Amino acid sequence: MIAEKVQRIPPSGIRKFFEMVTGMDDVISLGVGEPDFVTPWPVREACIYSLEKGYTSYTSNWGLQELRDEIAHAVASDYGIAYSPEDQILVTTGVSEAIDLAMRAITNPGDEIIVVEPCYVSYNPCVTLAGGKPVSVATDPSTHFRVTPEQIEDKIKEKTKAVVLNYPNNPTGAIMKKKDLEAVADVVVEHDLIVISDEVYDKLTYDGKHMCFASLNGMQDRTILLNGFSKSYAMTGWRIGYAASTPEIIGAMLKVHQYTMLCAPITAQMAAIEALRNGREDMLVMVREYDRRRKLIVKALNALGLDCLEPKGAFYAFPSIKSTSMSSDEFAEKLLKEQKVAVVPGNVFGACGDGFIRCSYATSRDAIKEALERMETFLTPKG
Amino acid sequence: MKEILEIMENDARIGIDEIAAMTGIPESQVKKAIKEAEEKGIIRKYKTVIDWEKFGEEYVYAIVELKVSPERSTGYDAIAKRIAKFPEVISVRLVSGDHDLSLLVKGRTMKDVAFFVAEKVAPLERVQSTETHFILKTYKQDGDIFYEKEESKRLAITP
Repeated sequence: MIAEKVQRIPPSGIRKFFEMVTGMDDVISLGVGEPDFVTPWPVREACIYSLEKGYTSYTSNWGLQELRDEIAHAVASDYGIAYSPEDQILVTTGVSEAIDLAMRAITNPGDEIIVVEPCYVSYNPCVTLAGGKPVSVATDPSTHFRVTPEQIEDKIKEKTKAVVLNYPNNPTGAIMKKKDLEAVADVVVEHDLIVISDEVYDKLTYDGKHMCFASLNGMQDRTILLNGFSKSYAMTGWRIGYAASTPEIIGAMLKVHQYTMLCAPITAQMAAIEALRNGREDMLVMVREYDRRRKLIVKALNALGLDCLEPKGAFYAFPSIKSTSMSSDEFAEKLLKEQKVAVVPGNVFGACGDGFIRCSYATSRDAIKEALERMETFLTPKG
Repeated sequence: MKEILEIMENDARIGIDEIAAMTGIPESQVKKAIKEAEEKGIIRKYKTVIDWEKFGEEYVYAIVELKVSPERSTGYDAIAKRIAKFPEVISVRLVSGDHDLSLLVKGRTMKDVAFFVAEKVAPLERVQSTETHFILKTYKQDGDIFYEKEESKRLAITP
């Protein structure tokens, strides 16, 4: 009865853990992929005000002009790239929708799309659903989870259409420096590829400034830039994001969007306008707090003997658990059962993530400390 | 009326809408009954109960507003600096509005604070009048909220 395409998509590895955690008391979770902050009050207040004023209708398929203007302004001032708010920016219901739209807009049956792993769980299924074939590239700590041009080139075939990049990365916290990205850009030009660059964690970059792929020389027209408000402004539940690219690509994405989503919710769009106009200070306060937690967790994980690179972005630490000779699944399951600490097994993010666990530090410092104490007990040989 | 008073006896700040919802009496009638009780002196006053002991400090704080006459050449500075010397005075600020200096004064008891103001501050030559506001409860101070904080209602595991 069910379409083969859908049947081929494996069940979510996260679901299983979610079900195990549900109903357990006293669990400390480092398994959450969203901020522990509530959306800043000025943003919520602006949304409430918009409702009071009666903003409850559809918007243009593109999204509110005012919001697109603000997005264009923000991207220009952050990265020095100009997108026309008229036909190069599309407001979406979160980056999640934008990923789907991007895949559907560019994929012909059988097209191959290179996905750099470990990665967020949506990319591969979205490629499959769009009729394409996801091709994995595995990264590891030896390159700080940065993808190299050689690794991409190795996978390029006749049907290769695009590469998906996600830096700062979920789950590894890796970033790519300008020279790393430029090396990838050369391959992209040589093989005439498109880059889908999910930069939803751009504001959560520590010890330096985020490098936007589209801002590299000659890359703007080859990039579908995806970003949103969830991570930077603690707005996950609002489901609001955007895509920026050429008028041709954005026009194609708009077609899919208008017949599926129609438009992003107007209340979320109103809130996003306020976030861009007046949310920066609140955002920076949150980033500073993540930064402190990041340092705390990395030091503690390494002290436990779980080798962990310092994540340079996002809010995840991705330590190796190879010293325990357990698989990721085994480790996460035992840790949950024995010490009631929830982490996400790394293999959920691609085969090369096995041997790692994802620990989110988007949780209070007290919770992080308690979780790490429990992990210490867990790792201490019994008897 | 009796039911309304019983409810209010335990919670002076309860909303009229909530009393209405709890008793089934229309809001307008609840409002009228409370007003009547106030006018007749049945409701004597509304006050806030503070558990200072739980706070762990027996200190009393008061905001004291002063009207002062400035001096030629030094303006408010001389008198402000003189007042600032008292250890009981936590802060001294020159403010706009219908008084001039705003002090934060700390004492062991309300009597301590009141006598300090009456004996040390009010008699100063340039002080025309004083107005003391005892601090009953601190909800937010220096950007920190004192009551229970909002928490994110997240699921335990998300991608």
